This record gives sequence, structure tokens and C-alpha cells, in this order.
Amino acid sequence: MRSHDLIVAGAGIIGAACAQAAAEAGLRVAMVEPGVIGGGATAAGMGHLVALDDVPAEFALARDSLRLWEAYAERPEAEFHRCGTLWVADDEEGVQVLRGKAARLDAEGIAAEWLDTAALREAEPALAHDLLAGLRVPGEAVVYPPGIARTMVERVGMLGGTLHHGRKVVALENDGARLDDGTHLHGPVLVACGCDTSALLPELALRPRRGHLVITDRYPGWLHHQVVETGYAASAHGSAGEAVACNVQPRPGGQLLVGSSREFGAAGAQVAASLLARMLRRCFRFLPELPRLKALRAWTGFRPATPDGLPYIGALPSRRDVWVAAGHEGLGVTTALATAQLFADLFLRRSPWIDPAPYAPLRSAA
Amino acid sequence: MTERRDVLVVGAGPAGLAAAAAAAAHGANVTMLDAQKHPGGQVWRHDIAHRAPRRARRALRRIASVRWCYGMRVVDADISARSLRAEDALHAREFRWDRLVLATGARELFLPFPGWTLPGVTGAGGLQALVKQGWPVDGGRVVVAGSGPLLLAAAATLRAHGARVMAIVEQAARKDVHAFARGLWRWPDKLAQAVALRAKLAGVPFHYDAVVRRALGDEHLRAVEIDHGGAIARIECDQLAAGFGLVPEIGLARLLGCALTDAKHPAVRVDALQRTNVEGVFAAGEACGIGGMQTASIEGAIAGHAAAGGEEAARRLIASRDHARHFAATAARTFSPGSRTHALADDSTIACRCEDVTVGELRAFDDARSAKLATRCGMGACQGRICGAALAELMGWTWHGHARQPLFPARLATLGLHEPSIAIRSNP
Amino acid sequence: MNVSVRLRVNDATVEVPAGANVAAALARAAQWSRRSRGGEPRAPLCGMGVCFECRVTIDGEPHALACMTSAREGMQVRTDD
Repeated sequence: MRSHDLIVAGAGIIGAACAQAAAEAGLRVAMVEPGVIGGGATAAGMGHLVALDDVPAEFALARDSLRLWEAYAERPEAEFHRCGTLWVADDEEGVQVLRGKAARLDAEGIAAEWLDTAALREAEPALAHDLLAGLRVPGEAVVYPPGIARTMVERVGMLGGTLHHGRKVVALENDGARLDDGTHLHGPVLVACGCDTSALLPELALRPRRGHLVITDRYPGWLHHQVVETGYAASAHGSAGEAVACNVQPRPGGQLLVGSSREFGAAGAQVAASLLARMLRRCFRFLPELPRLKALRAWTGFRPATPDGLPYIGALPSRRDVWVAAGHEGLGVTTALATAQLFADLFLRRSPWIDPAPYAPLRSAA
Repeated sequence: MTERRDVLVVGAGPAGLAAAAAAAAHGANVTMLDAQKHPGGQVWRHDIAHRAPRRARRALRRIASVRWCYGMRVVDADISARSLRAEDALHAREFRWDRLVLATGARELFLPFPGWTLPGVTGAGGLQALVKQGWPVDGGRVVVAGSGPLLLAAAATLRAHGARVMAIVEQAARKDVHAFARGLWRWPDKLAQAVALRAKLAGVPFHYDAVVRRALGDEHLRAVEIDHGGAIARIECDQLAAGFGLVPEIGLARLLGCALTDAKHPAVRVDALQRTNVEGVFAAGEACGIGGMQTASIEGAIAGHAAAGGEEAARRLIASRDHARHFAATAARTFSPGSRTHALADDSTIACRCEDVTVGELRAFDDARSAKLATRCGMGACQGRICGAALAELMGWTWHGHARQPLFPARLATLGLHEPSIAIRSNP
Repeated sequence: MNVSVRLRVNDATVEVPAGANVAAALARAAQWSRRSRGGEPRAPLCGMGVCFECRVTIDGEPHALACMTSAREGMQVRTDD
């Protein structure tokens, strides 16, 4: 019977980051991944490193994680592109959101610059001319999460870890995990399976929240910042059946990644043409020349969403030696490093940097 | 009393033209779509300098009463609404159908070899298409290479446009090609075609069991190095037309949920009456498997008859369709690219032209998706069309289709339903 | 109807037969249509609009396919440098 200090189910960005943190702390780690490394939500999403500041516990995790992401700024596999985020408001409510954001970012020492209508046009010429104000966060960046997940998994291997690639954890059993080929791995288990987490941990409420994205052909210089409308936070934190919000990202090669949409209860991966159209029209409102650009592909991805929007990070008190790191909704990439740090601190019984209570796995049952 | 059916035909090559004519003959309300500006598809592509072949002219006359929307590319389809969206340079339009005939044809198979990305290197069908639309080859030296009957047709077109065809470099063995030629008596029209082509190519050196090992040049092709039966030779030239056969164009079929065959290059599965597994959707011609012009014409007619409710007329053509398809199977066996052709690329040869990913970089992966996420292979403008078929040949990779949309790069305006689309349903 | 069409490819004026596509003009005036990600020169390959190697800017619109676009009098075509 093989024995490990930690078994990580799932090699998306969360599982990979946690496995890496554990391996770097000297633990013997086994990873189990049935599909392509970083091939789930990790590959489908935008890879935007952004401090979403509306919910304090989310902000704390994001803020800490962004500091840790700085170490990746020069690493080629991260494709770290510091385009900055530009929040834009098209109504008074949005302007209020910007004011609140500016204050909270300032309180945490995150540089942000207020832009009036004229300054907005200069900072981002492709924007519509009737926007009221903007807040630019120049330190934020976009990365390429599948490449990062791969490199993390390779590092785990170099530190003596093993990868059971093409295998899946089918059951959590006494002191370990059983794989689909009958292999039993002995040791504590971290479940980091994104939307598939509920299969192993049905007691944790998790719903897949589908999103659409479109990638365009290359238009270098067309957009300088990742442009996000102030309504984005409401769409992310709300629980509406269907919501869209303008979120457009310039990739390093000049392609534009156009989002965002959210829906619950979507069956399957097939693009919903009418929701896609609604999402695009919302983006056209902020970027009037966007309709002329050529789309190469549209796809959907599934964000793992919890009832209160905060991830589950920690031990399952109802089970023995079972841990979870999942449910990050749209902030998985941003918070991956802080999630890994928090998990490692809790697992190794070190004092965690932040209060772990908001992410406690069975908090809603309490 | 039969209601007048709306039959939409996608593709205006031999299969599409035959389908449209057959459906119209039963009184159906027929609309044809094609991405090109003129009907004819690839094999009957409009040539600005020459009259269309007799067969093509006949097929074109038969669709005089059909509404023909040219220059339109299908980008999305909704099977439950029986509609698809197409765009041209200026507009997006929605088309609805009672019956749909997919006559989407084929595209050329490109296999990588050292120097294949140099300007001056095109497909064999590719150069034929370019030349018909004004590409200058008069007096230019062209080498035609790869595999299959398409090489002869391309070489003949090039000569007719004034090119000096320096050589035809066929990878199949001489004995296999001769056996194939001897078997042509079963298809007299094919035999006549072959004889006519050979006559048009009198004086052109033919090399069998031969491959182009590399294309040479700095920023443009200036010579090719060929290996014929072990002997290496260099031929100076201005253009290399290299094609290795055809693969079915099945993107729209996939998007509609049509079942495909398990072949290396999947085709649309159809029954004896050209019906797919999707209700109301038919397919005909190269999209159902590479079969040549004759097969496409017959299958198109079957599909058109069946789509318009004329099943008896459709059934009468089944025997000749089967005979024509038999020819295709024989040709495929003779001309499939062999191991020597597969081995032409080395590790530094580019496999994905859109993203500049080499064969060597791809060898590190076991499947297409991992390779894609790690190297960007297949993420560029062609969305894996060119490299995908090549890697299916070289590595045996399949590109797992969930359907891709848009089918071709489409304006965000079209996907955003930003312009009012004109629903095309009935005759003006 | 004219028997030929005159258009501009980069800084050159080119004449092509009426009905020709933009690729025919490129072949007369430019060595390539675009530069690849790695900076290699590229020219049309497939002739039928599926390979995207023939992308050029036509009258200010980028990513136009030269092989699928008819040459029109007075067009301005720009290739990559």
C-alpha cells in the first residue's frame, strides 16, 4: 500500500497550487487527474488577476494572492501581461461603485487612479465617449493559467511527488482515496476538483455557473487594459438566472477575450446563441467599434459556485483527514496562491495569514 | 396536396448544384448558399480566363430558377429552430429550412515538410484555384507534387494558363498507379478524363514513388529537392503546388449534431437516400467521403429528390451512385499518403502555421487537447483545420469535436445579432 | 466592363484582369501577405479561404482574405511589413 503525506485530487490551478505548496514544504505529494492538466475551468476562464473588493473575505484572499502572484511576473510559463484593469461606469450607480472601490483599494495600499471622462478617452480610446468615470488599477495583470498549472505539476514531480495522470479518485475511503483502476492511495486527501467536488463531497453545496467567452483574431494595440464594467460585481455576486456584464481582455498577442455571462442550470457545453448575443451587445455598449472585429471561437466554461460565493478551504470536520479547496466561482486563478498558502498553513498547523473562518467548509451547516 | 417545401442547399459545387436542380424539379422552393462569389465549388471553380467545362455549364443552367446567395459563409446553426446564420462582407442573414442539404465539399490535405511555409508553396488544388482567379503563372516554372488524381487536374489547369510544369512528383508507386489506370475501364468517363489529362500533360516528366523532401528559398521559393526512388534531384522553380488528397469539410454537419464516420478524416454518415441521422438534414458529395465529381453529382441529385419528397426518383439513382463510390474507394487505396510522406517533416518543421508550433514541440504530447493548451496549436485563425488534418495523418490524433462556433471567423456584430437579420424563406 | 482593374498593394499600383481576386494582385506586387508569429513571411496556401495565410488589410479593414475578395478599382491593400 502506497503511503503519501498528501493526495491531491484535481490538477487544475487550485489543486496544482496546493500540491506545489505542500511539496515545497517537504511533503510527499501524489496528484490524481483524469483529464488534461489545467483543462477544466482553469483553461476555460480569463486568467485575470483582479482584486474583487466587494466582499471583505473575498478581498482579503484576493489581495494576499495578488502579492504572491508578483513572483510570477517574470516567469515565461505564466505569460504575465500587466495590462492593468480599467473599471468603467456608465451611470451614477456605477460611479458610486467606483468611489467605494477606490476607497477600499486605497485602504489596502493597492494603487488606483480615478479617471474622468476626458482622461478615460485618453487612457482607452476604444471606449464609448459617454462613460461617466473610470478607475484604473495599473498593477493588475492577465496570465495563462493552463501553462502555470502544468509548471506547478512539473515542480511537484521534481520535488519527489507523483502524478496519476488519466486516473480519477472515485471514492474517499479509510485513510485515503480509491482510484478508478482499483489503486488505493493511503494518506490525507485534498479534494480540489472544481465543479466535480460534489461527487466526492456531496455535503458541500456547489453549483456549476456557466459562462461564455469569445476570442477574436489579433488586433495589436486595440485595447490597452482589461475593461470591466462596474456592474460586473453585481453579476458575479448576484444569483440571477442569467446575467451578463462587460469584461474584455487584451491578450499579449493582440487577441481580445470577450466576456462575461453567468447562468445556473445550463445543460451541457453548447453555446447559447441568444445569451452570447446579449453578452456581446452589452460589450458593444462600452466598446462601440467591437462589432467589427472578427471572432475566431466562442466557448463555455463552468465556474464552481458556493451559496455565499466564498470558496471552501480547509478540513472537513465530519470526515477524517479529508480536506477541500474548491468553489472559487470566477476568482479561482486570482486566489489560487493564497488558497494554497492558507491550505498549507492549516494542513501543517501553522498560523494562517488570514482568518480561515469565512472559508470553513461546513460554515453554512452551522 | 403537397405543401411547397423550403429546401436550403449549402454548397454550390457539383453536389449542391445537382441537389438544387433535383429539388426544384419537384416544385420545392430552393435556396443555395456558397462562400464563393460564383457557383461551381472547387472542381468547377469559375475561371476568369476560360469557359466552364460542359458538364459544369449544364449543371449551372439547371439551377436558373433557384435563389442563389453567394459570398455567404455559414457561421452558426440552430437545429431546433431549423435555421442557420451566414455572413458576407457586409451583412449577416438568417436562413430557415424545411429540409437542408449539406453539400459542403472538401478541402485539401496539407502535410508539413521542410520549407512548406515559404511563399511560393501552395496546395495543388490551391494553386489551381488561385490561377483560375488571376494568379500569374504565365511562363512561370511550377512543380506539382503530392498524391492523387488532383495533381493531374491541377497540372493541366496550370499549363492551360501558361505555366511551365517542370515535373509531377507522385508519391504512389508506379506499379500501383498503373494498376489503378488499368482498372479504369469500369468507369469509362473516368478513363476518358484520364486519357485527356495525360494528353494535356504530354512532355511533362512524371516521377513515381517520389516526394518533395524540401522547398528551398529565403523569403520565396526558388527550388525544390525531390527524392525519386532514392535519387535526389534539385529542380529550380517559382511555385510548388503540393497536395496530398482531400478531406471532407464537416464543420456544419458537426454543429448540427450529425453523426460522422470513424475514418481518420471523418465524413458525414448518410443512408442510401443521403439522409443524416438528424431529421430533415441530408448530405451529399465529398462531405460524405471523398468520391469525386461524378459521385457528388449523383449523390446531390439523390439528396435533392429525397429532400423534395421525390423518393422514387432518388432510389433510381442508387445503383449508379454505388458504382461511382466504388471508384472513389479504389482511388483512395492507391493514393493514400504513405509512411515516406509522413516522415518528411523533421522536428523543426512547422506543423501549426497560425501559431508557429513545430512538429518537435508537439511530439511531447499524447493528445490534441493537451498539445493545444500547452503550445497553442490549433488556437489560431484556422482553428485547427490545416494542422488538425495533418496531425490526424502524422500522429493519429483526433480533435474531439464538440461543435465549434463560429464555423469561420465571423464579425462580433453577427454573433451579437447586432444587425437586423433578414430571414430568407420565400422567393422574392 | 473593363478588362482590367487597377488597385494599390502597399505603395505600388497593380493591374489585374477583371474578375481576379486580391491574391492575384499580391502575387504581382508583394512577396508575402503576412508575417507569422515568429516573423516568417507567408503567402496564400489553400486558395479557398480555409488556411488564413492570405490575410491582408483592405481599405483599412484587417484580416481580409485576399483569396476570397474580388479586386476592385481603387482598393488599397496593405500586407504585413
